[in-house]
Amino acid sequence: MTSANAPSSPSSPAGNGLVKLTRKDFQSKSEVRWCPGCGDYAVLATVQRLLPEIGVARENMVFVSGIGCSSRFPYYMETYGMHTIHGRAPALATGLKVARPDLDVWVITGDGDSLAIGGNHTLHMLRRNPNLKVLLFNNRIYGLTKGQYSPSSEQGKISKSSPMGAIDYPINPLQFALGCQASFVARAVDVDKGLYDVLLKAHQHKGTAYVEILQNCVVFNDGAWFDLRDNKETKGKAQLVLVDKQPMLFDNGSKGIGFDRATMKPFVIDLVAEPARKGEVLIHDETDPAGMMAHVLAGMSYPQFPVPLGVLRRHTRPTYEDMVQAQHQKAAEKGVGDLKKLIYSGDLWDVR
Amino acid sequence: MVSRADTPSSTPTKKPVIETKQSVVIRFAGDSGDGMQLTGTEFTRAVAIAGNDIATFPDYPAEIRAPVGTLAGVSGYQLHFSSENIHTPGDAPDVLVVMNPAALKRSLAELPRGGMIIANSDAFTDQNLAKVGYAANPLEDGSLDGYRLFAVAMEAHCKNALAGLEGVGFKEISRSKNMWALGLMYWLFNRPVDKQLEWLTDKFKKSPAILEANLRVFKAGYAFGDTVELFHETYQVESAPMEAGTYRNVMGNQMTALGLATAAVKAGVPMFFGAYPITPASDVLHNIAKFKSYGVTTFQAEDEIAAICSAIGAAFGGVLGVTVTSGPGFALKLEAMGLAVMMELPLVIIDVQRAGPSTGLPTKTEQSDLLQALYGRNGESPLPVLAAQSPVDCFTTAIEAVRMATRYMTPIVVLTDGYIANGAEPWKLPDVEKDIAPIEVKFRTDPNGYQVYARDPQTLARAWVKPGTPKLEHRVGGLEKDFLTGMVSYDNVNHQKMVDVRADKVLRIRQDLPPSVVEGAQDGDLLVIGWGGTYGALKQSVQRMASAGKKIGHLHLRWLNPLPADLERVFARFKKVIVCELNGTSKSGGQLWRHLRAELLVPALYYTKVQGTPFTTAELTAAFEAVLRGEPAPSSLKV
Ligand code: SF4
Repeated sequence: MTSANAPSSPSSPAGNGLVKLTRKDFQSKSEVRWCPGCGDYAVLATVQRLLPEIGVARENMVFVSGIGCSSRFPYYMETYGMHTIHGRAPALATGLKVARPDLDVWVITGDGDSLAIGGNHTLHMLRRNPNLKVLLFNNRIYGLTKGQYSPSSEQGKISKSSPMGAIDYPINPLQFALGCQASFVARAVDVDKGLYDVLLKAHQHKGTAYVEILQNCVVFNDGAWFDLRDNKETKGKAQLVLVDKQPMLFDNGSKGIGFDRATMKPFVIDLVAEPARKGEVLIHDETDPAGMMAHVLAGMSYPQFPVPLGVLRRHTRPTYEDMVQAQHQKAAEKGVGDLKKLIYSGDLWDVR
Repeated sequence: MVSRADTPSSTPTKKPVIETKQSVVIRFAGDSGDGMQLTGTEFTRAVAIAGNDIATFPDYPAEIRAPVGTLAGVSGYQLHFSSENIHTPGDAPDVLVVMNPAALKRSLAELPRGGMIIANSDAFTDQNLAKVGYAANPLEDGSLDGYRLFAVAMEAHCKNALAGLEGVGFKEISRSKNMWALGLMYWLFNRPVDKQLEWLTDKFKKSPAILEANLRVFKAGYAFGDTVELFHETYQVESAPMEAGTYRNVMGNQMTALGLATAAVKAGVPMFFGAYPITPASDVLHNIAKFKSYGVTTFQAEDEIAAICSAIGAAFGGVLGVTVTSGPGFALKLEAMGLAVMMELPLVIIDVQRAGPSTGLPTKTEQSDLLQALYGRNGESPLPVLAAQSPVDCFTTAIEAVRMATRYMTPIVVLTDGYIANGAEPWKLPDVEKDIAPIEVKFRTDPNGYQVYARDPQTLARAWVKPGTPKLEHRVGGLEKDFLTGMVSYDNVNHQKMVDVRADKVLRIRQDLPPSVVEGAQDGDLLVIGWGGTYGALKQSVQRMASAGKKIGHLHLRWLNPLPADLERVFARFKKVIVCELNGTSKSGGQLWRHLRAELLVPALYYTKVQGTPFTTAELTAAFEAVLRGEPAPSSLKV
C-alpha cells in the first residue's frame, strides 16, 4: 500500500530518541486479571522484558488478539492493541500488516481461538506469510468459558462438556502449522527461560512466526504439561531442546535422537549404554529448505520421545506485504492517482 | 406473419423504409453458452455512444452452464434505448432475439402481440423443442401468427461466412451466432458499424484467427439485413436530449469501485479492500483490483469474515477499510460489524443484495437485506445505512459512505442490488476537481489530553489515531470501554452511557442530510416511498401519473439509518403513503414499511414483490391507481 506512514525507527525506542525503555514501560495501567498462578503471567513478563531489546519503537508495536484468557494480553501492554473477536485475530492482523507494513504486529491466541474457531484464518495466515509474530497459548482447555475440552485436549479428557471423556482426536498445532507451509515454527514452555530466545528468534524472522507456548491453566487443566514443565524427575527426559546445527541431545546429553532410514522413523539412542553411536545423533538444521525433519520432530511426543522445544523450522520466503508492495510499485510506474484518467476512460462520447 | 428467407438474394433490391421510434426494448435470449450477455452489452455500447438514453436488465441463471437447451439455462439481456430520458429497462420487449426454443418459451408471454421475434431456426430441432415441451415447431405451426416472426437459420449463415477459414470447426461456428445477431441488429437499427469493428479488432488483437471469424460473422449478419428482402422497415432511434457533457456507459458494480477509488484519492488516505468472491458482488472486486495506482489494496480473503476483519485491522492502521459482499456473506460479517461499532473505526460494508434466504436466487435481484443491515447484530449496535438508487448513483453513494464513515468514525452499510449492479446507464462524467468535494480526514497526533473515547462535540466521533504515533498508544476491542478513557469497563451505568452515545452518534448524521425531495406532486392523494434500485421504475410510474393530473408524489430514501428528520412533515402533505420495495411477503408487508411504521407510527400501505425481477411500470401504475380509487393495492402476483 502506498502508505504515507514513516517507517519505524529503531534508534528511538521511546519515540523521543533519548531513553532506552525498560520492562515497566510496556506495562499498561490495566490491572492484570488472570487467575493467580496462571502461566500467562510468565509469558507477559517475558514479552515485556524482550520488547525493549528488539530495536523497535514502542509506538510501532501492535498486539492483536482474539477471545480467550490469553487474548486479554493486549490490554496489559502499553503499546497499540486490539482485542477482537473469537478466532479472527489472524485476519485483522493480516489486514493491518498489509495496510501498515512498517508496524511490528504480534498476534496473541489460544488453542480454542486459533485451532477451533480460527483454524481457517490460521491456515491462510500461515500460507500467505505476512510478517506477524503469533503466540499460541496452548493449555489444552477452554479456560475463559470455565473448562470445556479444546481441540488440543487429549482423547478421554474429562471436562465439563465431556463427562465421559472427550472423543475428539487432538490436533498437533505444529504439525498443522507445518502443513500450512508456515515459514517459522517453534515451541516453548511458558515458565522456561527458553521462551525468551524463541521469541527473539521469532521476531528476527521475516515472515509469519508461529510459536506454540505450552501454558498451564492452573484452574481448569493444571498439570497439562506436567512431565516436561512441572515434574523435575521427568523434565530432562521429556524435553528435547533444539539448537541449530547442534546434535539433538537430551536428558543432560545422555540420550540422542537418531533416524532409521530403512523404516523412516526416529529413535532414541542411549549414549550411556552405547557411546559409540554418538555419530548417529541427528544434527538439527532449522533452516533446511525441505523441512522434512521438522515434520518428524513435530510428531514426537512424550513418553515415546522427548518433546522438541525451540525452533523446528525457519525458512525465509517473501512476505505477503512485500509482495503486495511490489505490485503497487509496478502499478505506480504507470502514474499515480490521476482521477481524471480514471474517470475519463473507456468509450466516451460528447453531447453538445 | 411468418417470413422465411434463408438464402439472401445476391442483389439488394429496394431499400426498406426507415421508421423513427421514440423507444425500443430489445431482449436477447439464448442458452447460457450462447453469449447473450456479450451481445447485449455490445449493442448497449453502440446505442449509448450514439447518444440514446439507456437502461438495461441482464438476467442470467445461477449456473455457469445449465443443461443446454433447457428453460433453466436461458440467459437474457434486455436493453431499453430511447430518444427520451428513461429510467427503466422497459416492462416488455418490442423485439425478441431468441437463439433456441427455450428462450422463446421463457420470453414469449411478455412480448406484446405484434411484437417482433427474430429466431435462430437452426436451434428449433425436434430434440430442442421436446426439451421444453413444444409438441410442434412454433416457428412453423402458425402459433406465432400474431407476431412479426423472422425465422433465420443463423448457424447456417455463420457456416457460410466462415467457410474456408482455417481452424474454425463446428463449435466456433455455433458460438459465433451471437455476433451474427449483433450484426443484424446494427442493420435493423441503423447503427454505423465502424466502432464495433474497432472494438472487435482491439478485443481479439492477440488472436488473428478469432478476430477474422468475428469480423466475418458480424459483417455477414449486417449484410443479411441489407440483401434479404425480409424486413420491410428498419428503425431509427434519435439521440436523447441529454445534458451537454462527456458521457460513458457504466454499470453499477463498476461505479461502486470507481466511487471507492475516487474517495481514496479525495481523502488522501490509502484504501484497503477485503473481499471474498460472491455473486453478484464480485465485479466490484474485479474492477477495483485494477486501481492499485489509486492507493487501493485489494485482498481476496479466505472467507467473508476474514474479508471484513482484515478491513477492520487496516482501519485501525489508519487506512480506509472497505468490504463488499452479498446477502449470505453479509450475514457472516455481522459479528465483525459489531466489533467495528464497538471500536468506533471507519469502515464501509457494501451489500449487493440478491434474492434470499440462504443461497436463494443468487443471480436475481431483491432488497431483502434491509432489516439485516439495520438490526442484524447482537446487542445494541446501530450503524448508518444508505442505499444507491441507480448504476450511476453507486458512485455517489460510495463516496458519501467513505465521507460519513470517516467523519463519524463508524462502520457504515451501503446497500445496492443485483439489478443496479449489473444494469447499465450513461454517465455524464463529473469535473473531478469541482464536482467532487475533498474528503477531510484528520488523524490525531497530539498526545496532550488524549482520551480514547473523548468525542468531537458536533459529530460525537472519537479521534482516529494511527499506530506509529508516539505517546498515543492505546487499546481498543470488543469489551465495553470506559466512556472517556477507553479502559475496559464493566460498570453498569457506563454501559448505558456508551450504548446511548453510540446511537446518538449515528443520529447526528441527520445534521448533514439535505431536505427530502419529493418528485411529482408535492402534496395530495398519494406519496410513493421507495429506496435503492427501484428508483427508476417508481419515478417513471409516478411521473406518468402525475403528468396525467393525478395528485401523486414520489420520495426515494437514500438514508435508511438515520431516517431524514423531515419525513413526518413530508408524509403529512399526503392523504396516503405507500411503501414499494422488492422484499417482504404478500401478507406481511415490506422491510422499509416495517421500519417506517416502527420509527414514525405512519399508517402506510405497502406494495412488495419478490420475483427476482425489478418492478414493471405497469404493475406499479395498476397498484397506485387502485389505491387512488380507494381499493387495496393488488398483490404483485396478480398483476
Ligand atoms: S482460567 Fe486458566 S488460563 Fe484462564 S486465567 Fe485462569 S488459569 Fe489462566
